[in-house]
Amino acid sequence: MTTDTKRNFKVVGTRPNRPDGVDKVTGRAMYGADATAPGMLWGKVLRSPHPHAEIVSIDTSEAMKLPGVQAVVTGADFGDPESLFVSDVQEHCMAKDRVYYDGHAVAAVAATSASTAAKALKLIKIVYKPLPHVTDVDAAFAHGAPVIMHHRAFEILPPGTSANATNFCEFGHGDLHEGFAKADLIVERSFRTAATHQGYIEPNACLASYSSDGRADLWCCTQGHYHVRDLCAQIMGMEAAQLRVTASEIGGGFGGKTSIYVEPVALMLSKKSGRPVKMVMSREEVFRATGPTISSSMDVKIGMTKDGRMTAGQAVIRASGGAWPSGTMEMGAQAAFACYDMPAVKTIGWNVLTNRPKESAYRAPGAPTAIFGVESVIDEMSQKLGLDPLEVRILNAADAGTLSSYGPTFNQIGLKATLEAAKNHPHYKAPLGPNQARGLSCGFWFNFGGNTSVSLAVNTDGTVNITEGNPDIGGSRASIGMMAAEELGIPFADVRTIIGDTASIGHNDTTDGSRVTFAVGLATIRAARDAIQKMCHRAAQIWDIDPDAVEWEDGAAKPSGPNAGQFPPMTIKEIAANAFRTGGPIAGHHEVNADGAGVSFGVHIADVEVDPETAHTLIKRYTVFQDAGKAVHPSYVEGQMQGGAVQGIGWALNEEYIYGADGRLQNAGFLDYRIPVASDLPMIDAVILEIPNPGHPYGVRGVGETGIVPPLAAVANAVTRAVGTRMTDLPISPPKIMAAKAAAGK
Amino acid sequence: MRYVAATTAEEASALLAAETGLAKVLGGGTDILVQMRAGMVEPALLVDIKKIPGLREIKSEAGGFRIGAGVSGAELMRHSAFATTWPGALEGFNLIGSTQVQGRATMAGNLCNASPAGDAVPGLVAAGATVRIQGPKGQRDCPIEDVPVSPGKTSLAKGEFITSIFLPAKPARTGDAYLRFIPRTEMDIAVASAGVCLTFDASGTCTAARVALGAVAPTVIVAHDAAKTLIGTKVDAAALDALQAAATALARPISDKRGTADYRRETVGVLARRAAQIAKTRAGA
Repeated sequence: MTTDTKRNFKVVGTRPNRPDGVDKVTGRAMYGADATAPGMLWGKVLRSPHPHAEIVSIDTSEAMKLPGVQAVVTGADFGDPESLFVSDVQEHCMAKDRVYYDGHAVAAVAATSASTAAKALKLIKIVYKPLPHVTDVDAAFAHGAPVIMHHRAFEILPPGTSANATNFCEFGHGDLHEGFAKADLIVERSFRTAATHQGYIEPNACLASYSSDGRADLWCCTQGHYHVRDLCAQIMGMEAAQLRVTASEIGGGFGGKTSIYVEPVALMLSKKSGRPVKMVMSREEVFRATGPTISSSMDVKIGMTKDGRMTAGQAVIRASGGAWPSGTMEMGAQAAFACYDMPAVKTIGWNVLTNRPKESAYRAPGAPTAIFGVESVIDEMSQKLGLDPLEVRILNAADAGTLSSYGPTFNQIGLKATLEAAKNHPHYKAPLGPNQARGLSCGFWFNFGGNTSVSLAVNTDGTVNITEGNPDIGGSRASIGMMAAEELGIPFADVRTIIGDTASIGHNDTTDGSRVTFAVGLATIRAARDAIQKMCHRAAQIWDIDPDAVEWEDGAAKPSGPNAGQFPPMTIKEIAANAFRTGGPIAGHHEVNADGAGVSFGVHIADVEVDPETAHTLIKRYTVFQDAGKAVHPSYVEGQMQGGAVQGIGWALNEEYIYGADGRLQNAGFLDYRIPVASDLPMIDAVILEIPNPGHPYGVRGVGETGIVPPLAAVANAVTRAVGTRMTDLPISPPKIMAAKAAAGK
Repeated sequence: MRYVAATTAEEASALLAAETGLAKVLGGGTDILVQMRAGMVEPALLVDIKKIPGLREIKSEAGGFRIGAGVSGAELMRHSAFATTWPGALEGFNLIGSTQVQGRATMAGNLCNASPAGDAVPGLVAAGATVRIQGPKGQRDCPIEDVPVSPGKTSLAKGEFITSIFLPAKPARTGDAYLRFIPRTEMDIAVASAGVCLTFDASGTCTAARVALGAVAPTVIVAHDAAKTLIGTKVDAAALDALQAAATALARPISDKRGTADYRRETVGVLARRAAQIAKTRAGA
């Protein structure tokens, strides 16, 4: 594909107000919990207080007798989906014979009011037989750990490995032995990272309405309603066409709303009661029973010459995605050394089961934790060799033609340009005050494309409606409308983009992998070209000339040259007004499995100040440099870079799932699950680099995920330099810093 | 659940005393309503005390201030005489929650929630505040520190509730301060905290000191032995070193999700020292 890098953009690159903005700030926007239906019931879930137990019996008879209760469901109401993956998702939504984590759903009630449903839950009698549990990744991996699920172990386990190990992967190239032999310095370190939650503000919510003729409608907040339909249809034993899913506005997702939790439960309650059922998770339920990201433990070993060239790198990652198998560590194992041109590299990933909720995606899943370990060791080696850590990264940076650590050879990439921008930025040279230090880190994310359908209708007044199928979690309606306006040559205000339901257009993969601006944008541009071709035909028809002699410019058809005929340009409004007389309505569409997403790199610089007595860490200055390809709406690109940085800062400093010795989650709320508050942060400066992606007509790359990758190491490296001892265990909370200083005699 | 807005203290007390089920007092509601929503408590009776005359007033009394139990953080913050007299007692109260929560939250509510980490309490203890309690048998006064007895439990008998908090007249050359540690910058719960109130003579020698330590024991510690390290000194570096060591030694913290015991012991000493420095400056010494 050729990228039009010389194009003189008129709409792309400007900063119009987002089309969903007014609705969101005035409260008019309809979120998951805003859907209602006549005769609607309220559904509530009874959750396990045990991290691991056998369900001996469930007695729902007293609950059913409570006036107002219309239906009760348990695991027994659900069948056994053919797909093992769907079966796992279903079991996470509703336990069958065992509970696997604190908060695991065991029964649900639908009643005429939320308080009646809550009362009914207390009348359900469940007899549990508690089983030994394990919530720590290293403990679960150790020989003799309680086995959480049998028959799921990876086929070839090294001797002494727990049967909880379920997934394995290995990537790399070159001769490690030879590489380490060439090194002047070898550093090997172990790291740990805590599970963190996406922290979206809007709790998961849905409304399900199952009709007596076997059709159903589901309204929910999700990042991917087609995926919700596929999962729920399989769980409910329905054909896809009979379940229509509509996505609401979404109050944050960050990967966390790429699965289902209460949706199949609401459908089953609706099926049993014959009434619409609404379910809204509480914040506590969101923390206990929706997927946070992985917890991990890893060993990193790097060899370096005395002038800073890496000769070999190795990483072993042990991650846990909760009580069901998870492949997230594979993306970490691939990403760990992706920023560098490695003569020899090997990464190994293991997943191990723990008694925790099933992991869900979280912004660049797997990459932040893996790259944290690698970037920490590079920082330590730079210190030990007396080298500038930024120069060391420039020396080793991957470039076009580099064989990546995970297999592919990179084409046009922007890491070196991003590093040079960081080096030349005033932040990197700014003086530091007492107790302050500076850290930096590179970051990488693959970006995805995927299956996409777009329909573009030209209205009779010449305005345009775009129907696409990806919930807008980062301003995509704006960027998609802008790309359509750009291609059609019309004002952005003439385009309205909506997100259709699952029955309106063809399949769309979930809003994840930073795929939407790239893939939906690409499909939109091609749908616009399809409409343009049709409009050129209509103009040719009116002018009675050959359609090939008509071209499109600035929102109008015109003869391609003097030989084609002497006609003034015919605008989209004129063509649209005549549509019914020239062959009928005009629409363009495009369906594609988009390839060529284009990888993305970032570099973050963090200045911290650590109170020498209380170990309180304050972020004093923070700058993000990222290769965004062509930035369609620069404000939203900056927003993605800033948002990623802030979530990564939280991961580095204070966010963690804290389980007690009893296996129960101790901090299921925003009071004790400490995401950064606004006053914790300086303005996050964002520097966009535009290295065009050859895989997109305008050069667009995904920008949503890379931003969360570098902060873990950037902050940890800064704190390490401020306190004088290396911090390897996230989050770097004040008690950990104080203990590390005491252990180091500082 | 019944909700009653009482119009006299006697009526409120009688309602609370007569209820056979769980009876709770509703002040600002920033604790009880959250607990009810979370299903932690299910009161049979909720008695709203904000309509009782005087409960939302701040009055001068005997050179000090009597603060009605319904007075919110936002209201007290805007009372300039109180704010300039007892900045330490006020800053602890104002650290609770967000701007919205400050519009409702009350000192008496924070005290009766009986959390060891309540931010309003150490500053009041350091200032030597007392509470006035209405009960079925009439009124009684008691020191602030005698109200909480353990996490979530108070010394109030059935039918009793706090109608006001009294801060006495402030002696000359007296300053108070409150500091807490949180990993963030706001919207959090104290991991450790310290309230300090110091009085100096004309020569700059400390003549009276009260030190209260929060979140390092089941209830706020009235740290007499820490306060003694300052009395008779100029609150110089050596005295502050002694205060810090004494505060650390007096702390009896636990390790929990908010911090380790070792961390709390170290930090409470640092906070006591820093609060004492601020109190000294505020005293003009």
